[in-house]
Amino acid sequence: MIALENINRCFEVGEQTVQALNDINLEIDAGEYISVMGPSGSGKSTLLNIISLMDQPTSGRYFLNGEDVTRLQDQQLAQVRNKNIGFIFQSFHLIPRMTAAENIELPMMLAGIPVKQRKSRVKQALSQVGLSERAKHLSNQLSGGQRQRVAIARATIMQPAILLADEPTGNLDSHSGREIVQLLEQLQQQGVTLIIITHDADLGQRAQRQLHMADGRLVEQ
Amino acid sequence: MIVSDLFLLALKTIFAQPFRATLIIIAMTIGISSVSILTALGESARSFVVGEFQALGTNLLIMMPGRSETVGGQPPVLGETPRDLTLDDAKAIAQIPLLKAIAPITIGSAPVSTAGLEREATIMGSSAALREVRHLDLARGQFIPTMDFDKAAPVCVIGQTIKEELFANRQSLGEWLRINDRRYRVIGVLGNTGQSVGVGFDEIVIIPIASAQMLFNNYSLFRILAEAKSQQAMYQASEQIRKIIKLRHEGEDDITIITQDSVVQTFNDILLSLTLAVTGIAGISLVVAGVLIMNVMLVSVTQRTAEIGLLKALGAGRRQILALFLTEAAMLSLTGAVLGILTGQAALHLLELIYPDFTFILPLWAQLAALLIAVVTALVFGVMPAYKAAALDPITALNRH
Ligand SMILES: Nc1ncnc2c1ncn2[C@@H]1O[C@H](COP(=O)(O)OP(=O)(O)O)[C@@H](O)[C@H]1O
Ligand SMILES: [Mg+2]
Repeated sequence: MIALENINRCFEVGEQTVQALNDINLEIDAGEYISVMGPSGSGKSTLLNIISLMDQPTSGRYFLNGEDVTRLQDQQLAQVRNKNIGFIFQSFHLIPRMTAAENIELPMMLAGIPVKQRKSRVKQALSQVGLSERAKHLSNQLSGGQRQRVAIARATIMQPAILLADEPTGNLDSHSGREIVQLLEQLQQQGVTLIIITHDADLGQRAQRQLHMADGRLVEQ
Repeated sequence: MIVSDLFLLALKTIFAQPFRATLIIIAMTIGISSVSILTALGESARSFVVGEFQALGTNLLIMMPGRSETVGGQPPVLGETPRDLTLDDAKAIAQIPLLKAIAPITIGSAPVSTAGLEREATIMGSSAALREVRHLDLARGQFIPTMDFDKAAPVCVIGQTIKEELFANRQSLGEWLRINDRRYRVIGVLGNTGQSVGVGFDEIVIIPIASAQMLFNNYSLFRILAEAKSQQAMYQASEQIRKIIKLRHEGEDDITIITQDSVVQTFNDILLSLTLAVTGIAGISLVVAGVLIMNVMLVSVTQRTAEIGLLKALGAGRRQILALFLTEAAMLSLTGAVLGILTGQAALHLLELIYPDFTFILPLWAQLAALLIAVVTALVFGVMPAYKAAALDPITALNRH
C-alpha cells in the first residue's frame, strides 16, 4: 500500500545541507502495525511527514496504492491527505475557539460532506473515543488525554486507511498515554494501517514491525 | 468545501478576533460613507441645477446677437461687430409656424420710485409671450397685454421684492410707478418665483418692449426667447431662424442660438464630472481602508500560521485557504459597506433637517456601486495576505508557535 523508493530529504540550513532522510526504501502493507524508533534528530518525523504527503521528498519516489504521489499538485495532494491519511500530533493541534465536535467535523467540512451526515458521524466518533459528554467543550476545557482523543476522532473521521502518529503520548501522563495507545491499537485491529513514532521502548515493542532510524537511515530489525 | 461552510468558518474567525474585525469594519464604514455622502451631494446638486434649468421653460430657444466663437473658424476681422438683433428680426422670426410663443427682451437698470420711496431695479422690456415662455406666475392683476411689438404702453408688472419695498402695505395695482422720468401704471404683481437661474424675477420690473426701447433709447435686443411646439420643432425652428437671420443680415447668420436641452445637457455633464471627481477623491479613503485590511490580514496570517498548517494537514488545498481568507475579508468589508451606506443615509437625513429646501438623494446605483467597490477593495487588498497563507508549508506552519 505504501512504497518508498530511494527517498532523500535534504534541508538547506544556511550554508549547510542537512540530510534528514538518506535513501529510504520501505514497503508497508495494508493493516500493518508499525513503530518507528530512534534518537532525536534521526529523521523519524521527516519520514512520517513524507508518508503523510505534508512534505515532499528531495528525490525518490513514493507510491500510495500504486499511484506515484510525488507527481501530484497541491490541490490533489490535499485531497489524498483528506481521504487517505489521518495524522495525530504530539501537541494535539486542536483549534482552540472550536468545540470538540467542531474540531472533529473540520476534515468533513473540507471534504464538502453535507451537514446532516457530518453531525451523525461526529456523534458516533465522539462516543467511540468516549467523549460523548464533552461534545460542546472547548479544547482548554479538556484534559491532555481528552484532547488527544478528540484529535484521534478528527484523524479517523474520514475513515482513512492510514493512521500516522508522531509521538502521540509524548505530552501525556502514562495513564492517559496507555489509553491513547489502546484506542489506536483498537483502530488498527479494525483494519487501519498504523504507524507510530515513539521514544518509549515498551510502546514500540507492541508493534508487529519495528523500524529503527539513525542518521536518516532505516535500520530494520 | 460547501459555500455555507466557507461563510461559517470565516464568521467564526471574525468573531474570534473582534478587535481586528471592528478595525476593518470601521475603516470600510468611513470610506463607504464618505463616498456615498459626497456622491449624494454631487447628485443632488446636479439634479437641482438641471431641474432649475428645466423650470426655465420647455422646448426653449434662446437667441443672442453675435456668433458663438466655439465653432472655430476665423476670428472676426478687426473692427467688425456683430449686427444687432432688432425688433424687426423678432417679428420675422415670429412668423415661423413651429414657434408657439416668442418674447424679445431688452434689459436695463434704472431707479424706480413711488411716493418718495426709491430704489434701483432691473427693467426688463418684453412681450406678453414672456409669461408663457418663462412659466411666470402672477400673484395679482394681469401681465403685459398682447399687442404689437412696436407699440409702447405705460404699464408695468413688478416682482415681489419691488412690491414689498415700494408698496409695503399699500395696494400696488393701479398705482403709478416712476422709472427714470416716465410713469407706468402697475397692472400686475409676479408670484413668488423663488430662486431662479439667470434673472431674479423678484427684483424686476417688466414693461412692454417698445416702452423699454424708448426708455433706454436702445433699439437692439438683449435676447429673443421662443418656445417651440415640440422638441422636434425646436431643432427645425433653430434651422429656420438661422436662414431668416442670414437673409436679413446680408448673408451672415451672426446669431447664437442655444436650445435649452443643450444648456441642461452641458450643466448635467459638468456637474456629473464634478460629482465623479469628488467621489474619486473620497475613494482615497477606500484605498486607505484597503491598505488597512491588507495589513490587518497579514498580521492575522502570521498569528494563525499554526492553524493554517493544521487545515492543510487535514486536507485543505491552496484554493480552500485562499477562499477562506478572501471570504473573511469580503464579509468584513461588506459589513463595513452596509454600515457606511446607513451612516451616509443618516448624515443625509441630518442635512435635510438642516437644509429643508434641498433634497439629498443617494441614488441606488451609487449604493450598489459602493457595495461592489467594497468587495473589490477587500479582494484586491486581501489577495496578498491570502496568497501568503495559502503558500505556507504545512510542516513549518504547524511547528511554529
Ligand atoms: N524544516 C527543517 N529545516 C531544517 N532542518 C530540518 C527541518 N526539519 C527537520 N530538520 C532536520 O532534519 C533532521 C531530522 O529531523 P526530524 O525528522 O524532526 O527528527 P526526529 O523526528 O527523528 O527527531 C534533524 O537534523 C533536523 O534538524
Ligand atoms: Mg520528531
